[in-house]
Amino acid sequence: MSDTQEMVNVYIMGESYMVPDGSTIIMAFEYAGFQLKKGVGCREGYCGACATVYREKGDYKLKGGLGCQTVVTDEMYIAQIPFVPAEKPIYDIDDLQPDTSTFMELYPSVFRCVSCNTCTKACPQDIQVMDYVQAIIKGDIAGAADISFDCIRCGLCALRCPAEIVQFNVATLAQRLYGKYLSPKNEQLNIRVKEVEEGKYDEEIKNMKNMEDRALKDLYFNREIKIS
Amino acid sequence: MKDNIKIPYFPGCTLKTTAKNFEISAIEAGKKIGIEMVELPKWNCCGVVSSLTSDDLMKHMAPIRNFVHAEEMGEQGLVNDKRMLILCSMCFNTMKSSNKRVKGNSEDMKSINDFMYLEKDYEGTVDVVHYFELMKEIGFDKIAEKITKPLKDLKIASYYGCMLLRPKDIAIDDTEAPTIIEDFVSSVGAEPIAWDAMSRCCGSYHTVNNTDIVVNLAKGIIENARKSGAEAIITSCPLCAFNLDNRQKLILEKDPNFKTMPVFYFTQLLAIALGLEEEFIGLDGNYIDPRPLLKEKNLI
Amino acid sequence: MPKKIKLTDNGAEFLKQIEKLSGETITMCDQCGTCSGGCPFVEEMDIMPSQIMRMTMLGQMEVLDSKTMWICASCFTCTVRCPRLLDVSKVSEALRQTKLRQAIDNINIDDISKEEAEELPSIAVVSAFRKFTS
Repeated sequence: MSDTQEMVNVYIMGESYMVPDGSTIIMAFEYAGFQLKKGVGCREGYCGACATVYREKGDYKLKGGLGCQTVVTDEMYIAQIPFVPAEKPIYDIDDLQPDTSTFMELYPSVFRCVSCNTCTKACPQDIQVMDYVQAIIKGDIAGAADISFDCIRCGLCALRCPAEIVQFNVATLAQRLYGKYLSPKNEQLNIRVKEVEEGKYDEEIKNMKNMEDRALKDLYFNREIKIS
Repeated sequence: MKDNIKIPYFPGCTLKTTAKNFEISAIEAGKKIGIEMVELPKWNCCGVVSSLTSDDLMKHMAPIRNFVHAEEMGEQGLVNDKRMLILCSMCFNTMKSSNKRVKGNSEDMKSINDFMYLEKDYEGTVDVVHYFELMKEIGFDKIAEKITKPLKDLKIASYYGCMLLRPKDIAIDDTEAPTIIEDFVSSVGAEPIAWDAMSRCCGSYHTVNNTDIVVNLAKGIIENARKSGAEAIITSCPLCAFNLDNRQKLILEKDPNFKTMPVFYFTQLLAIALGLEEEFIGLDGNYIDPRPLLKEKNLI
Repeated sequence: MPKKIKLTDNGAEFLKQIEKLSGETITMCDQCGTCSGGCPFVEEMDIMPSQIMRMTMLGQMEVLDSKTMWICASCFTCTVRCPRLLDVSKVSEALRQTKLRQAIDNINIDDISKEEAEELPSIAVVSAFRKFTS
């Protein structure tokens, strides 16, 4: 089969390499002989380690993507962005309040947003990045956490931002504030934790630990799930 | 004339944070005088200050993006008035300036539309209108007819500030001798006083890193209002409101003999005069408590 | 006999640059002083708005070291009163931008303390950053 494999020409950091058609950018790097120690991670599009910048033939636009998810095209120019040295202040979440003032103090650059939407264009996750930055300026922290939910911290937004905002770290803070202060509290959780602490399930766990593999699997697959 | 003006409304970021009382009073009072404000489904901060250089198009992008959303509302039939209503003086000035710039310059319009290729093009069909202008269109006499609790004996300094009057092509009234806010004050049954500082700058954004400037200017404005017989100041700008109201704390630190004065958003007076509930007036949001004054006048 | 003022090459280039950025014909200024007379910030400034016009007109780049352009808050009082219909606030903006475009900020955005952040409205911070940062 290998002799029928179509090949395409890509430029890795400016140099020409022939790689199999259908490769992802990460596969192209490795096929070309690069050994990636940084700039690669889960290879499944979850971790955000493999931010890449590429340009396709005939296009003037630099595009951002994940190396493990973006398939190479003929005459594509590619480069890896293994790390973004972005601002990341240290804070104690217990000392913060879930409103605009927290961002004014920790990430004042948020207020430099010119609404150009370049961050949104750069995002490989198709997140409306500018919208969550704007939500913070408007004081809608829950909204910011929600819009930025799919962020995998690849950092491409921050690299392209003309206002030098570090959107992805801002998103992390918004999500943490939401989780700590704004998300609806689940009373059931407290009840269950108390039960666990009081040892209500100790006996059951002990039994399970002593079960044969097979019996444990049966127990798992035949469990009843109650969806309320 | 339409019975009910249903119009796209651009709030601006501060009306969603520290100036919530401005927004709520405007929305609820609007319902009583025939203005239905429909918030843009999506909007971004306008940038507050308009870019004044010949080549800095990037800074005009924020206003234009908002106009795109207003045009969409018009196309979807969500409104019966295709202009854009703005309350905040600074948003008003910035949005109107950028609108004027791209409407008068097809190259700039094209550059910005090209840059915003993910969105629809702005066609230039939106005009900006301030709440004061809309009230004037409805007619201050008509508004006066709807007043149930006239603000009798309340002496008000109408503070225009900068952004409603300057530059001339942005102004909502005569730049040097405006009357629109005084007309409004009369329509709610209060007494507009004549004073010098009506359009003197409050110090604007210097409040961030040069509070001395703001303290001096704000003190001068408030003292001029008092000397001219005013009991309170009204404004339509959340930044003026912050400098004139909240910064009285710093004025007092510098001059313990300074006499404080309440500062209202004009829509709060309108809401009181229309007999709205306290929750729609939002007096908790005012830094200098206006309740003693309002109680003295039997208004709350 | 009146003497003719000749600008240095750098000075002439500077004037041209500011005229282009501001869109104003600065050499039209009569030095009547109306802008300085009406400016609410003039007491805070080291040189007056009319002097900014004069220095720029003469190509004196030291004008960029003055505080005045940073004190000007674009209140447009001068704009509406100039008898020559010049917009001094645009000249101030052009001078600010000349400095900012060398990536020199006039505010340290990290200086906002927790207490200040809790007080300041978004409108103040956004506008200050627009005027004071590059």
